[in-house]
Amino acid sequence: MHASTVRSLLVRGMLAGLVAGLFAFAVAYVVGEPPVNGSIAVEEAQAAHEAGAHAGHGAAAAEEPAEEEAVSRDVQSTFGLATGVLVYGVALGGIAALAFSFTLGRVGRFSPRATAALVSAAAFTTVYLVPFLKYPATPPAVGNPDTIGKRTTLFFLMILLSVLLGVAAVIAGRRLAPRLGNWNATLAAGAGFVVVTAVAFAVLPDNDDAVKAGFPAALLWEFRVASLAVQLVMWAVFAVVFGVLAQKALAPRVAAEAPAQVGAPVAG
Amino acid sequence: MAEAVVSAAVSAPSVAVPAPLPVRAVLPWAFFVGLLALIALYFVGAEQGATSLFAGSDVHEWVHDGRHLLGFPCH
Repeated sequence: MHASTVRSLLVRGMLAGLVAGLFAFAVAYVVGEPPVNGSIAVEEAQAAHEAGAHAGHGAAAAEEPAEEEAVSRDVQSTFGLATGVLVYGVALGGIAALAFSFTLGRVGRFSPRATAALVSAAAFTTVYLVPFLKYPATPPAVGNPDTIGKRTTLFFLMILLSVLLGVAAVIAGRRLAPRLGNWNATLAAGAGFVVVTAVAFAVLPDNDDAVKAGFPAALLWEFRVASLAVQLVMWAVFAVVFGVLAQKALAPRVAAEAPAQVGAPVAG
Repeated sequence: MAEAVVSAAVSAPSVAVPAPLPVRAVLPWAFFVGLLALIALYFVGAEQGATSLFAGSDVHEWVHDGRHLLGFPCH
């Protein structure tokens, strides 16, 4: 019975992730593609400029930018973008559903819907927001190809660290709750998370060469806000959709538990 | 005192909390799905960027825009 409950939550998590991915794709296409195209235009203008300076005449420079592309821009900005965002949505939807299965009934007196919202907020914060604050998303053409290995390692390390710190904060909050009360225990655990994260930010190396000097600041800002919007919409939609689906899937369990809890003291 | 009684009477039935699912029921799913999801995320986020399992750059080019906008370092 428990295994089938987990199974149905997992299916609903992946479905909610797919729906969230569709919304995120819409935002990425409408808000994200203009700065991506703008960045590629900047790159091509720079490449043409450099080629022109090296060759000394315009003919070579004019033909240079049209480098052979394996996948056209039209495909990249539609099917390619959709593939990336939907796979991300389904994969993280599945993981979030299992995190929800662990969390349900263990973090406090929250309904399935409220637990789904909390898990989604935690996932958005630890998987995207915290790593983004240290190693923000960069548009095409701004990076130094020589440092992609180091930058990728640091980015995934930051995600891992942030998720582990988030889990540790939740466990610490639960341990502190009997002594400090729920409100203060939550504040203390949250403050601990912020402090340790800040120390990690200070200790981990920066990505100074992630953005080329001279890249337009307004375009970079536009791209980063778009990236933030994509993830915010993804997790907000996931929270709402998975909340509804989980609430329905767990209705029999909730009903079975409810009579025993009427008049019971509010604990944790 | 009266306030506490009232709030308990109001809040207790309105928040129906299901019992936690046993860890041993969740763990196999979490392990297997976590593994598959991480592989999927690797292909979206990193393949043919920092490291390559497959030669060429088709995977990189296909998910290129998504990789940038989802926040992964791309190139």
